Amino acid sequence: MSALFEQILQVGFLAAIIRIATPLAFATLGEMFSERAGVLNLGIEGIMLLSAMTGFTAASLSGSLWLGVLVAVLTGALMGALHALFTVALGLSQHVCGIGVTLFCSGLAYFLYRLIFGQQSVPPNIKGFQTLPIPVLSDIPVLGPAVFNQFSLVYMAIIAIPLAAFVLYRTPWGLSVRMVGENPRAADSAGVGVIATRFQAVILGGALMGLAGAFLSMAQFNAFTFGVVSGRGWVAIALVVFGRWDPWRSAGAALLFAFVDALQLRMQASGLGHIPYEAFLMLPFIFTIVAMAVMSRNAVAPSALLKPFRREER
Amino acid sequence: MFRLEARTSTPAWFNLALPLLAIGATLILCSGLIALAGAGIVEAYGVMFSASLGDTYAITETLVRATPMIFTGLAVAVAFRAKFWNIGAEGQLLAGAVASCAVGAIPMPGLLAMFLMALAGAAAGAAVALVPATLRVKFKVDDVVSSLLLNSVIFYALMALIEGPWKDSFSGYPISPPIEDSASFPVLLEGTRLHLGVVAALIAAPLIWFLIVRTTLGFRIRVTGENAEAARYSGINVQRVLISTALLSGALAGLAGVGEVGGVHFQVMSDISPGYGYSGIVVAMLARLNPLGVVPAAIFLAAVMTGAEAMSRATGVPAFLSDVIQGTALLAMLVALLFTAYRIRRVGAAR
Repeated sequence: MSALFEQILQVGFLAAIIRIATPLAFATLGEMFSERAGVLNLGIEGIMLLSAMTGFTAASLSGSLWLGVLVAVLTGALMGALHALFTVALGLSQHVCGIGVTLFCSGLAYFLYRLIFGQQSVPPNIKGFQTLPIPVLSDIPVLGPAVFNQFSLVYMAIIAIPLAAFVLYRTPWGLSVRMVGENPRAADSAGVGVIATRFQAVILGGALMGLAGAFLSMAQFNAFTFGVVSGRGWVAIALVVFGRWDPWRSAGAALLFAFVDALQLRMQASGLGHIPYEAFLMLPFIFTIVAMAVMSRNAVAPSALLKPFRREER
Repeated sequence: MFRLEARTSTPAWFNLALPLLAIGATLILCSGLIALAGAGIVEAYGVMFSASLGDTYAITETLVRATPMIFTGLAVAVAFRAKFWNIGAEGQLLAGAVASCAVGAIPMPGLLAMFLMALAGAAAGAAVALVPATLRVKFKVDDVVSSLLLNSVIFYALMALIEGPWKDSFSGYPISPPIEDSASFPVLLEGTRLHLGVVAALIAAPLIWFLIVRTTLGFRIRVTGENAEAARYSGINVQRVLISTALLSGALAGLAGVGEVGGVHFQVMSDISPGYGYSGIVVAMLARLNPLGVVPAAIFLAAVMTGAEAMSRATGVPAFLSDVIQGTALLAMLVALLFTAYRIRRVGAAR
């Protein structure tokens, strides 16, 4: 047990937490923007998968990782727009549409991947993002190599958290998002375009989910496999609840989940061989369910979440 | 100028017209992908049709594949009627498969084995479904998220079993030991895989329809789903209805797993379900949550799945087209359902 404890304090472990937390942070922030505007996006799992695929494909064909990231972000935004079309413009059930978007995106990702790359025994891979040490900061003991010797996408995630908080709480657009999520009627009376704001928030959310997918296939695994997302999207939805729809808390929740995930990876590796490794793989999911049970009682979701808005119906 | 106008009633023929409209739109939309893959659209859909519904054997194969989706479709239809968002049919199916396989491996008379397998599978599925229902009722945990996360937990538990204590020591593959020969479901048509479970599914659909439409529990389920507040005022214990719904829904999903073990695979492996639990959502929505509609909807999806494999072999279009068709069909059906609530009216220019 003490050996395990020693490992936790290692730089590598800290760095692993940050790396695992990055796609979750993007995805969680994306889902949070969508839900703050009143739209649950269960399409997240599929959107991440499709973005991981399109980003990987673009990077693989063009040789440019950043073009891949751009394509992934645009894919995510487009699929966000699709979800908004169904749930915001047409006012359809957010639950079922989200599942539909996930099934559609996953199917499309598998289909296009197979069409482009064919069936190969070894999945094609790319030279993904390399770590980019930040001068001076990366020399700080422990924290430096763990936090400031990472992929550029990790730095983007670190910047995205305060930026998301600023946008949500300090800008007129953020105010509109919160208004249409809490009281769309009042927002409408105040001259806020409810439909337009919701569209924008869900599209922004989709773009962030796209970034999460890009990280998975271009920095973490450097390949696209059918299991590249494997439940991370669903976890992000839980983390939004756990983080009480707040950017800071949601990012904190992502870090906490990443800690548990990194821990189970270490436990798998550190000779607890008599316990099947699947037990460790389960751990983050069980942790998330338990965490939701603890947190949900006091959680206050945006009031208009799941409720479509139609102007004529008063 | 057109505008949407609220509809007070929907004609009965909508029940048939809307799914057909959605399926038609889906096939047209997905033909773009067939063209993208460089195949002939008519040829590809033609192969798909003849390989899934073209002869007796093809039809039996499609029915065998439809069986688990009839059960998961019923599971989802029952749950969604009460607005219990059970997205966990996949995990409940796996739990049912594991439980029935464990029972089926015990030597005993065939009929008794099959009965106990069904019982164990249904109980296991119900037990899994009880988790998100309890979490929602007691802790206000969103049932969608918890049932989704639980799917991963159950999957890893199954993997731990078949890579650990259940691992086939003879072959060394991560598959469970097979069930007893006497416990495997009888084949109804020589030379095919048409097994007893197919008939069970075809009987289950009208039974569940009767339960939903004609019994007190069914009434409570419907009222709870349509208006939980009103249900509460009229003295219905909404929490208890949700728990009952979850048990029923989980049991049905568990039976999907029983059929796969008893009639198709005779053992448990990691890919025993290619997402039948999620397909159940598509089936239930295409059926407009009507248990009788679940049967044709499941047969449609099964035909697409069976046909897609043959189409892939014949034309080179990836078989994953069937996954795209499923997702598109679900979204198209949701849009088509708008016609039940609204009608499109021409509005004069003088407005």
